[in-house]
Amino acid sequence: MTLAPARTSILPDRITTPTLRTFIRGVTSVDEVGAAERVAALSKRSIKRESKRAALDLIIRMMDLTTLEGKDTPGKVIQLSAKAVRPDPTDPTIPSVAAVCVYPAMVPYVVQATEGTGIHVASVATYFPSGQVDTKLKVQETRDVVAAGADEVDMVIDRGAFLSGEYFKVFDEVRRTKEAAGDAHLKVILETGELETLDNVRRASMLAMAAGADFIKTSTGKVSPAAKLDVTLVMLEAIRDFHDATGVKVGMKPAGGVRTSKDAMKYLLVLNETLGEGWMTPDWFRFGASSLLNDVLMQIRWLETGRYASPDYFTKD
Amino acid sequence: MARNRALRITRLLHKGLNLAITRIPSTTHEPLLWEYAESRESTDIVSLDDSYGLYIDGEFRKPKSRNSFTTVNPANEDVLAKVSEAGPADVDDAVSAARAAYENVWGPMSGAERAKYIFRIARMIQERSRELAVLETLDGGKPIKESRDIDLPLVAGHFFYYAGWADKLDYAFPGIKPKPLGVAGQVIPWNFPMLMLAWKVAPALAAGNTVVLKPAETTPLTALLFAELTQEAGLPPGVLNVVTGAGKTGAAVVSHDDVDKVAFTGSTAVGKLIQSQLAGTSKKLTLELGGKGAHVIFEDAPLDQAVEGVINGIFFNQGHVCCAGSRLFVEESIHDRFVDKLKRRLDTLRVGDPMDKNTDIGAINSKEQLDKINELVDAGQSEGAEIFQPDCELPQKGFYFRPTLFTGVSQSHRIAQEEIFGPVLSILSFRTPDEAVEKANNTPYGLSAGIWTTKGSRILWMADRLKAGVVWANTFNKFDPTSPFGGYKESGFGREGGRHGLLAYMDWDEG
Amino acid sequence: MSRLDVRKTYKLYIGGKFPRSESGRSYPALDKDGEVLARVAQGSRKDLRDAVRIARGAQSSWAGRTGYNRGQILYRIAETLEDRSGTFVEQLMATGSTKKQATDEVAAAIDRMVWYAGWPDKFAQIYGNLNPVAGPFFNISSPEATGVVGVIAPEQPGLLGLVSRLAPVLVPGNTVVLLASESNPMPAITFTEVLDTSDVPGGVVNVLTGFKDELIPFLADHMDVNAIDAGGASSEQAQRVQEGAVHNVKRVLLPGQGVAEQSPYRIAAFTETKTVWHPKGV
Repeated sequence: MTLAPARTSILPDRITTPTLRTFIRGVTSVDEVGAAERVAALSKRSIKRESKRAALDLIIRMMDLTTLEGKDTPGKVIQLSAKAVRPDPTDPTIPSVAAVCVYPAMVPYVVQATEGTGIHVASVATYFPSGQVDTKLKVQETRDVVAAGADEVDMVIDRGAFLSGEYFKVFDEVRRTKEAAGDAHLKVILETGELETLDNVRRASMLAMAAGADFIKTSTGKVSPAAKLDVTLVMLEAIRDFHDATGVKVGMKPAGGVRTSKDAMKYLLVLNETLGEGWMTPDWFRFGASSLLNDVLMQIRWLETGRYASPDYFTKD
Repeated sequence: MARNRALRITRLLHKGLNLAITRIPSTTHEPLLWEYAESRESTDIVSLDDSYGLYIDGEFRKPKSRNSFTTVNPANEDVLAKVSEAGPADVDDAVSAARAAYENVWGPMSGAERAKYIFRIARMIQERSRELAVLETLDGGKPIKESRDIDLPLVAGHFFYYAGWADKLDYAFPGIKPKPLGVAGQVIPWNFPMLMLAWKVAPALAAGNTVVLKPAETTPLTALLFAELTQEAGLPPGVLNVVTGAGKTGAAVVSHDDVDKVAFTGSTAVGKLIQSQLAGTSKKLTLELGGKGAHVIFEDAPLDQAVEGVINGIFFNQGHVCCAGSRLFVEESIHDRFVDKLKRRLDTLRVGDPMDKNTDIGAINSKEQLDKINELVDAGQSEGAEIFQPDCELPQKGFYFRPTLFTGVSQSHRIAQEEIFGPVLSILSFRTPDEAVEKANNTPYGLSAGIWTTKGSRILWMADRLKAGVVWANTFNKFDPTSPFGGYKESGFGREGGRHGLLAYMDWDEG
Repeated sequence: MSRLDVRKTYKLYIGGKFPRSESGRSYPALDKDGEVLARVAQGSRKDLRDAVRIARGAQSSWAGRTGYNRGQILYRIAETLEDRSGTFVEQLMATGSTKKQATDEVAAAIDRMVWYAGWPDKFAQIYGNLNPVAGPFFNISSPEATGVVGVIAPEQPGLLGLVSRLAPVLVPGNTVVLLASESNPMPAITFTEVLDTSDVPGGVVNVLTGFKDELIPFLADHMDVNAIDAGGASSEQAQRVQEGAVHNVKRVLLPGQGVAEQSPYRIAAFTETKTVWHPKGV
C-alpha cells in the first residue's frame, strides 16, 4: 500500500531499516525533568465553573468505554454498551460516550447493542496486548474485526522490534494494519510503559504517525505504568510537530490509569495548552477508560446539586 | 444464536429503562466553552494596617524622621498602606539596637541555640506561608502562583537550611575557626522581597551576626510582617531590625560607621554607588547586581523543553529577575523553527491580575519600571529589531506589559546590551559553539547562562567557558537554598546560598 | 688590572619579554646607605595598559591548563628560586637585611611557593562541592579564576611579600599585572628572570617597576582588570584602589583584611564560584 504523500514527506525516499533508523535518530530529544515540570505547572490551572460542566460532558463524549478482560462475556459487554449509550439513566442531559472498546470476539455484541446510536465500535487487534505473533496473523485479525463491524481498530506496536532498532518491522506492521483496517480508524498503541523513556515515546509516536496512524495511544492498560500526563504531553507535542511538518492531523488517546475527573481534566488542560481548540473534540482525543465514567457522573451531580455524590447512586455495568 | 440473544437483552434493557436510543453526534456540538476561571486567591488571609512603624529593638516604632510614604498595589494602583521612612536617627537607633543585641545576646549565644530560633522562624514561615504569599503578590505584583509555589517555599527552605549551619560552622570551611562579623546592613530589592530577605537574613543570623534590613520602598510589607513573625518567635530584640524607606535610608544603613558588613542586591548602578560609599573603609561587602543572561539553544536540544526554559527564563516574575535569560542565542539551523515555537507559546501566556491563580505574567512592579521597559522597547524598535507581542488584553488599571520578543537583534543593539528587567527577550543567532560562547560572554555582566543540548560533553565544554556564576544546562531559573548564587564581573561579588553563602557573613582565625 | 664588570640593565617584564619602559624613564634603586644600586625602569600608564592587554590574552589558556600542570609550573618556580637564592640573599642584604634575615626570607619564599604549588589540583576539592538540591538535579559549585588580577606588592619584605601575594593569585588560573616594591625593586626584577626560566607562559605574570602613586590609579580604574590585591598599598593608595574598583565592580583585597599570607582563602579571594545545574532523567 502507499501512504498519503503528506505522510511520506517527512520520511526517507527509500524506507528501509537503516533509513528509518536515521529518521528516528533525527527525532528531537525530550528532557524528562522539563516535561514533568511542564505538566505539573499545567495541572495547577483551574477552569471556570461553567466551563467545568462542559468539560465533564466532553470527557464523557471523548470516552472509549473499555472492557478488556479474559472473563468478558456477551452479557458484560452488552450491559457496558447500554451504559455507553446512556451513562446516567436518571439524567438525560448526559451525553453518550464516543466508543465501546472490546476484544475481537466481543465486537458483534457491541455492534448489535449500539446499533443506530452512532457510538463507535472499537476493537483491539494485532494480538493485543503483546502483539507477539507473525505479521500475517495480525493483519488477518484486523480484517476480521473490521468485517465483524468494528469501525475503530486499536493495534499494538511490536515493542520488542522497536527497542531492538527494527524500526522497519514496526513501521511495516502499522502500515499493513492501516491497509487492512480500510476505512476503520486506526489507533496505534505504543505501550509507553514498556518503552520507558520519553525519547522512545516521541520516536515511536513519529514512527507510528509516519506509518499511517490516525490516532496514537499510550497503553494497553495491561502494563504499568499506563497513561501518564508527561507521556501524553510528549505525544501531543509529537502530534503538533508532525502536523507542522506534514499538515496531517493525528488524534491522541491516553488509556489506562485515568480514573478520576480531576485526572481527566488535567489531560484536557494539557491538550488545550499544547494543541488547542482544534483537537478538543472526540474526533481528535479519546480517553481509554472504564472506571472514569462514574467518577465524571458523580462530579456532574456535585456541580448540579452542590452535594458530594455517593457511588451507590450510579450504575455499575 | 448468541448474537440474537445479545440483541434481545439489549432491547430489553433499553425498553426497561424507557430510553430513547439517541446519541448526539459529537461533531454537531458547539466548540467547547473552555475558559480559565478568574480564580482569585482570597486576600482575606491578609489583614493590613493603615500605617506601619519601623521595627527596631523588638518593637514597632514611629519614625523619628516623622516621614512616611505609601506603598501601592501595582496590579490596580490602590494604596495599600502608609509606611514609615527611616531617617538617619532611626537608622542609628536600629544599628545601636543591633550592636547591643550582637554584643549582649546573639553573639555570645551558642550556635545550637541560634539554630533553634532560626528553625522556629522557618516553621512559622511555613505556617503563615499563604498569608505571606498573598501579601507579596499584593505589594509587588508577582503572580500568586509564583509567590505561593516558588518564593515562599524557597524562603522557608533558606531558613531551614541555614538554621542547621548555625551550630556546625566549624565544619563549613577547613582550617579556619569562624566568628561573626557583627552588625550586617542589608539592602534588598523589590523583585523577590521575601526571598531576598531570606537569602540575606538567614545566613547572617546563622553565622551569629545581627541585622539591619532595608526592604525596597515599593515592597516593604512582607518584611514588616516577617518582623512581626520574628517577634512572635521570641527572637531577642535587636537581632533583626527593619527600617523602611527609599535610597536615602539605604545609604544611611550601608554607610553607618557601626555596620561591619554590607550586603546589597539590586541594580548595578546602585551597587557601584554603594561600593564607592564604602571606599576607604574595610567593611565586608557582597553585591548581587544586574545581569543580561545568555540562553544558548543548540540544534540537538530537547526543543519543547527548551521552549519552556526560555519562556520561564524571561517571563518568570515579569522578567524582573537579575538572572533572567534575556538574550537568546539560537543555532541558525533551527532559528526559525524555534522562534515559531516560541511565538506560539507566547500566545498561550496569560497576562493580568496577579492574584488570579491562572496568571502567568502579573503586574510590572512600578510605574518607573514600566517607563523604563517602554523606553528600551522603543529603542529596540527604532534600532531596527522586529517586535512580536501576543494579542492579549491588558487590565485597564495597574502596570502591565505584554510578553515581548525581538528578533533580528544584533549585539550592538541596546536591547542586547542593557538590562531591561522586564518581559522582553532579545533573540540572536549563532553558528558554532565558539561563536555562542564569544557572544554570550560579550557583556559586562556575568550572572547566569543557559545551555540546551543533549550532548553531554558539549554542556561541560560550554559550562567551562561561560563567564557566569550560575549555569543552567537543560533547565533554567532554578534556585535552591543549598546552591550558591552570584555573579562574575559587574553582576557583583560574593555568593549567596549554600555553604559558600556563609563565608560572606563570617570572619575567622586561621591555624 | 681588574676586569670591568658587566652591569645588568633592569627592565620591565611584560608578555615574557623584558622591554624598557615605553616612556624611556628610569629611576634609581637605592641600597641601605642611600647609594644607587641600579637604575630600574619607571613603568608608565602605557606600559600598564600593555601589560593588562597581554595578561588578558594569556588568561584563558593559563586557566585552561590542568591543575596538575599549573602546580608543576609553580613548583618549577620554587626550584629556580632555590637555584638563584644566592642572588636574592645578596639583594636583600644590600637593602638592609642581615645575612640571616635574608637567608631566612629566601627560604621562606621558596617554601611558600612550594606550599602554593600543591594547591592548583586540590583547591576546587576543598572550595567546591556538590549541592544536594531539593529536586532531580545534579548541581555542582566549583571555583574558577576571576581573570586578570592586579597585585600591588608590599614594599617589604622584598621577596617574601611578592611571592606571598603572587602565588595564590596564580593558583586558580588568574594572570597578573604586578606592581613591584617601589623602594626595593631588585628582588622583583630578579624574580622575573626566575619566572622566565620556569616554564611560566609569557603574559601570565607581568611585572612593572615604577612609582605606585603614578600607576595605581590606572590599575584601579582599568576596566579590564577584574580584581586587585591591594596588600602593598598605603591606606591612601588602597582607598584609590577602592574608588577605581567601582567602575567595573572589581574585587579588592585590602591590606590587613584578615586573610593569612599562606592560606587557601587567599586563593579563594581571586576566584569566582560557578554553579552548574543539570536535570537527572532518562
